[in-house]
Amino acid sequence: MKVADVVKSVKSGEKSAVEVVQEYLGVIKRVDPKVHAFLYVDEAGSLSRAREIDEEIKSGRDPGPLAGVPVAVKDNIAVKGMPLTCASRILEGYVSPYDATAVSRLKAAGAIVIGKTNLDEFAMGSSTEYSAFGPSKNPRDLSRVPGGSSGGSGAAVASGMVPLALGSDTGGSVRCPASFTGVYGLKPTYGLVSRYGLVSFANSIEVIGGFSAWAEDLSLLFSVIRNTDSPDPMDQTTVFSSPLAFPGLRGIRVGLIKETLAEGTSEDVISVIDRLISKLVEAGATVEEVSLPSLELALPSYYLLACAEASSNLARYDGIRYGKPCPLEARNWNEAFSEVRGTGFGPEVKRRIMMGSFVLSSGYYDAYYLKAAAARKKIREEVLKALKGYQLLMAPTNPVVAPKLGEKTSDPLSMYMLDLDTVPFNLAGVPALSLPAGKGAYGLPVGVQLVGAPLMDDWVIGAAKELEGMGAVELAGEVARLE
Amino acid sequence: MIGLEVHAQLTSLKSKLFCSCPADYRELQPNTAVCDVCLGLPGSLPRLNGRAVEEVLKIALALHSKPAEKTLFYRKHYFYPDMAKNFQISQYDRGGGVTIASGGYMDFNLGQDVKRVRIRRVQLEEDVAKIVYPSSLMTSDYVLVDYNRAGVALCEMVTEPDISSPREARLFIEKYSSILEHLGVTDTDLEGSLRVDANVSIDGGERVELKNINSPKDVEKALNYEVQRQAMIVERGGKIEMQTRHWDEVNKVTVAPRFKEEEEDYRYFPEPDLPPIRIDPNTLKRLAAQLPELPDQRAERFIRQYGLTAYQASVLVSDKHLADCYERSVQAGLKAGDAADWFMNEVLGDLSDAKKGTKDLIALTDDVIKVVEMVQRNEITGKMGKRLLKQLIIGGRLPEEVPRPIRDEETLRQLVAEVIRDNPDVYEKAKTDPNAINFLIGQVMKKTRGRADPQKILDLVRAALSAV
Repeated sequence: MKVADVVKSVKSGEKSAVEVVQEYLGVIKRVDPKVHAFLYVDEAGSLSRAREIDEEIKSGRDPGPLAGVPVAVKDNIAVKGMPLTCASRILEGYVSPYDATAVSRLKAAGAIVIGKTNLDEFAMGSSTEYSAFGPSKNPRDLSRVPGGSSGGSGAAVASGMVPLALGSDTGGSVRCPASFTGVYGLKPTYGLVSRYGLVSFANSIEVIGGFSAWAEDLSLLFSVIRNTDSPDPMDQTTVFSSPLAFPGLRGIRVGLIKETLAEGTSEDVISVIDRLISKLVEAGATVEEVSLPSLELALPSYYLLACAEASSNLARYDGIRYGKPCPLEARNWNEAFSEVRGTGFGPEVKRRIMMGSFVLSSGYYDAYYLKAAAARKKIREEVLKALKGYQLLMAPTNPVVAPKLGEKTSDPLSMYMLDLDTVPFNLAGVPALSLPAGKGAYGLPVGVQLVGAPLMDDWVIGAAKELEGMGAVELAGEVARLE
Repeated sequence: MIGLEVHAQLTSLKSKLFCSCPADYRELQPNTAVCDVCLGLPGSLPRLNGRAVEEVLKIALALHSKPAEKTLFYRKHYFYPDMAKNFQISQYDRGGGVTIASGGYMDFNLGQDVKRVRIRRVQLEEDVAKIVYPSSLMTSDYVLVDYNRAGVALCEMVTEPDISSPREARLFIEKYSSILEHLGVTDTDLEGSLRVDANVSIDGGERVELKNINSPKDVEKALNYEVQRQAMIVERGGKIEMQTRHWDEVNKVTVAPRFKEEEEDYRYFPEPDLPPIRIDPNTLKRLAAQLPELPDQRAERFIRQYGLTAYQASVLVSDKHLADCYERSVQAGLKAGDAADWFMNEVLGDLSDAKKGTKDLIALTDDVIKVVEMVQRNEITGKMGKRLLKQLIIGGRLPEEVPRPIRDEETLRQLVAEVIRDNPDVYEKAKTDPNAINFLIGQVMKKTRGRADPQKILDLVRAALSAV
């Protein structure tokens, strides 16, 4: 059911919010033992919130544009009174005392936070296998990964456990699971949604994004969580003027990024893209190949910058103030910190902290950090220049379909390669949407990205809506039934 | 050679540097003035208190330091329990970093000379939590952490190594405090509002960093201790090691770290949660135009307006409260030059005896004025004035009945006669011996309990001697 229909039925009294929540809780109960999308489900809290919504409706008040809609929130985004673990042992047992700005906006709009979803530890990974609490599985094929790092949110929407979910996207962490699980995933313009309450991994790159089964659901979600005034100091909404409405695909110029179709991108992914191109042309758009040669710098510079920021952001987890407690028998600070961090962090997080510390060390800073920062600038300039000639850019979301569980974990570099086509748009800070365009090998979902100019988020959603309306988005609205 | 790093809390601000917690954490229960931002809770982000930048710019202007066009924050990393995030949001002047201001100088009086110390940089950063030692730095086997102070805005000012002695360091700090007070950015009387780190090296030896001098009054003591320690090592043929030592304010010694410290690599990089700050030339113009009168200008005015010597003026303006109280006394009608002497020679000494600061003087000034006024009008003797001032400053108020001087000549003549009657031998001697005269005067003064003018008594004794 589309989100708008849920809201309509709740507001009209056709169905109570309690009934809606009970339905989704029922799906979670039956399906999640197979998928493991959730790390925490707040049954009592979401039902009591649903009752409040029903009361509001009965007394004639409007609970807001998302009245009674259950939403799942990735467990690296703060929800007051709920655990905030980042799927890490180091934060096990920590309960957030406040709501992320995006979450408080959802609540104010009548949405109901139903639980927290699984992720790669601290959002570092592309398969959700690096969760300290066990991997999530892909609802389209339970032997495969759902992608990551927001794999729990993707899997929850793809299996009908929630109609909407929040994730975070640092290098593709919303788009990758959207693509692997066959749902929509939007990484908005950097700064469009407040990061306040998103546990920092790579501050200058990451954003809060969202998942849905239908394109118009994303419109609704982002109309609620986008900023008007925000405590995110890097917020850009005051910098840009408000964008124009999407004029429709007719006459739109679409640039297909040549480098993303190179060797390494599998044939089934390319054939899904080819079919989408013909639909775009059918709708009256022009599609041309465009070359962005600096994209080859994207992956290395992304990993240098993201690890550098991560090593700094994750320094605070020392067991003194919260989380895994500091051992009192330690002889000195260093011993206590080392014990907490040595046992609290998983191997991928440690790897990135070590890389990042190295990158920032004196003597290496110029050679690595500053070079990577310069490469980011170059990539951003190139992407923005391309977006002057084309209103939209197009690229596969991932070079391949969802791998098997355990297929990539032994080789970190092959895992990093999954981010090849998503990372450039994080570095550029532009909106990028993955739409569940079709099926590839083994009948698995294949996502395609539409990329827009900064703050033109409505355009990428608008284009997706129009394509969906033409039947060009094969998996739109189609969730896996695992009951 | 001594170089100083002075950290001044911007106590004029209502809230902390990156959150809305109260900046005035003193006297609050531990860990009550805290929030998700200053505790570094997962997901929290800093928001800059824009007024802090302006306060630091005021300090920069007062130090002739050049403001940057664009400045940015950096993260400085080290693991320590007083760090909520294990990095401090600070600034950096290398690797592409620019602090709010750089360069500049500050002059201060050194006897009759003026000493100039160059400023290296002025920057803005967040304060860290307070580590509370249950006993002293050396003997505590656990510590407590109070995060109320974490995130309070701090201005760090770094000098070039232009300071040649511990005494100069003290005078420098006094003058800098006075500048901060005149600017109204820091209440330097508050405990821990002004904290000093010092780099000390003697005769080409390695540099030792002294940390943790939390009271400006201890700067001279800590440096004296450290200079002597280094001199003794050199005397014994030893070598000074490059080291960071901590000032133990309980035992008044500098202490080497308990564990061998590795060379710190702070892994500075630009703070990704705070955009660069452009310093608007119009803001600078406005701030420069609004700068209050600073100690140097005030000293010049004191010389011009009150006829003070350069020395008097420099002593008075080296402390804003002192200068304010002095100026109040002149406006109340005291003779300017004489009042300056009273404040410099008597009031300061009495305050120090009473272990009080010049801030305490504010409430006492009206009474100080009364006393000096009585002396200046010859209603009491200078000696009585001094005694009264001491009573006032130590006791906090004037005695209920201020002893009135005995001016009536007949009374005094009778007292002289009594003393002569009681000391006939001395009286005889006094005809030839000036010491004997002094004895007689002393006896009379004793009877008056100091309430007479000794010159007058001398005249009367002489008269009595020649009358026979």
